[in-house]
Amino acid sequence: MKYMLIMRTPVEMTLPEDFDFTEIINAMGAYNESLIKAGVLLGGEGLAPAEEGFVVDFDSTPPIVTDGPYAEAKELFTGFWIIQTSTKEEAAEWAKRCPLGPGTRLEVRRVTEIEEFDQDNEYIQKEYEWREQLGTDQPVQG
Amino acid sequence: MGGAADAAASTRRQVEAVWRIESARIVATLTRLIGDFGVAEDVAQEAFVDALVQWPRDGVPPNPGAWLTTVAKRKAFDRRRRVERLDDRHATIARSLSEQQRLDASADDLPWDPDQVDDDVLRLVFTACHPILPRESQIALTLRVVGGLTTEEISRAFMVPVSTVQQRVVRAKRTIAAADLPFEVPSRGEFGTRLASVLNVVYLIFNEGYAATSGPSWMRTDLAAEAIRLARIIGALVPDEPDAHALLALLELQASRFAARVDAHGEPVMLADQDRSRWDHHQIQRGRAALARADALGRGRGAYALQAAIAESHAIAGSADTTDWHRIVTLYEALRGITPSPVVDLNHAVAVAMADGPAAGLELVDALVASGALSGYPLLPGVRGELLSRLGRRDEARAELLAAAALTGNEQQKAVLLRKAEEC
Repeated sequence: MKYMLIMRTPVEMTLPEDFDFTEIINAMGAYNESLIKAGVLLGGEGLAPAEEGFVVDFDSTPPIVTDGPYAEAKELFTGFWIIQTSTKEEAAEWAKRCPLGPGTRLEVRRVTEIEEFDQDNEYIQKEYEWREQLGTDQPVQG
Repeated sequence: MGGAADAAASTRRQVEAVWRIESARIVATLTRLIGDFGVAEDVAQEAFVDALVQWPRDGVPPNPGAWLTTVAKRKAFDRRRRVERLDDRHATIARSLSEQQRLDASADDLPWDPDQVDDDVLRLVFTACHPILPRESQIALTLRVVGGLTTEEISRAFMVPVSTVQQRVVRAKRTIAAADLPFEVPSRGEFGTRLASVLNVVYLIFNEGYAATSGPSWMRTDLAAEAIRLARIIGALVPDEPDAHALLALLELQASRFAARVDAHGEPVMLADQDRSRWDHHQIQRGRAALARADALGRGRGAYALQAAIAESHAIAGSADTTDWHRIVTLYEALRGITPSPVVDLNHAVAVAMADGPAAGLELVDALVASGALSGYPLLPGVRGELLSRLGRRDEARAELLAAAALTGNEQQKAVLLRKAEEC
């Protein structure tokens, strides 16, 4: 099973004066390394600050685009991992080991497999083709 | 009442999850500390059983890995003391003290030194796959101590009784103790053959999951996924070994076809007929990346890399017709040079039939039949039947396909062969 670990940080969270980025990078690096060494990490990315992003709001037509962060959000997504484990509990164990502090959270969600959807649906059929194209068009990383 | 049972089951799964993550490190560290793999494995298992009893009752400790290690370490020390009470105390007291200090000094101070732990886990992998052990024991031990699977999980995966798995593990531990195997990474001189033995164990575990040799189940993806996890672990432990990455590449590329290997009715689908859009293209990417890592080490391609390259040729082709069969023929020829075997010859013949036509393939298959090397192997008449059918020699084809059906122990494969025979 695949699980996505979604890192969420409160909007108003401020960093202390003596905040040591190197320490965080080292702790996260060690965590990522432990996931790789255990053979469970499939992928993951960190996200740039929400101010660099923007929000597309579908309340009106056409949708309205505003600069980020999303005004009503209490938490911001700051990164994610995708891991492959044999049980939900194993995913929870890995999530608990993430070097995060008070205020931050990991939301853990199972990644659906395309086999779970109506296989006769035309777009589910097409999705297989899209996945194939997306898969083979991407360069192989050495 | 259902709630309590659910909670107990959930805690059990949690203990198993911690175990799966921690067991290799716990057993490896303990083995180095106490110098006895069998005892280390025993006490680690006892700690696991304690956790199954205590955690549902007292709650899961804040650092479950450290809890398991500490409990296991204490048990190891208690055992040592019990043994020594029987021994001549004067002769062993100095050793016992220094060992106690070693035990006390090392296992409590988590987080562990990652490099030391990696070295220990690598030693553990080599111990579990030591050539002194029979293959079944290597497999059971690797899944249990490196993979952290329970005896029940292993027995389910291999469809053998729990007692059989237990026996394999117990016997293996006895053999290791009797031979007094040093807990170490093999020397440079024997490293290659010993690593080959490790990789072979992982490969066999994958194959067991990929295609059940008998019974109704065509494949057991859980076991295959476990083998891939083991291959990733080993690849990370020996990053400079091309064969380790090549094996991972092969397994990822093979597994990428899982979803397409059976149809909606559970019937197996041959490679040429598979819906390639159902292949796992992320997995194909991971496999190709692993093969690129192996190639980048610049030490040429071994048997795993060649097989991975063959699987890659299929993975990147849009259909059987657009597959580069000439490239595959060349790869099989290289593979025959490294690991000559009649099965490789048969696969080579199939590739030749695709590249140069069924008559050219049949000629090679007939040579194989004449050699007698594969008598009793169901795929030999199976392939011969296919080629004869494509050449329009229907009566001969039907006879071969029926012969193949009679030879196979796999029920679904038998059904496919019988249907093909009827269609001739």
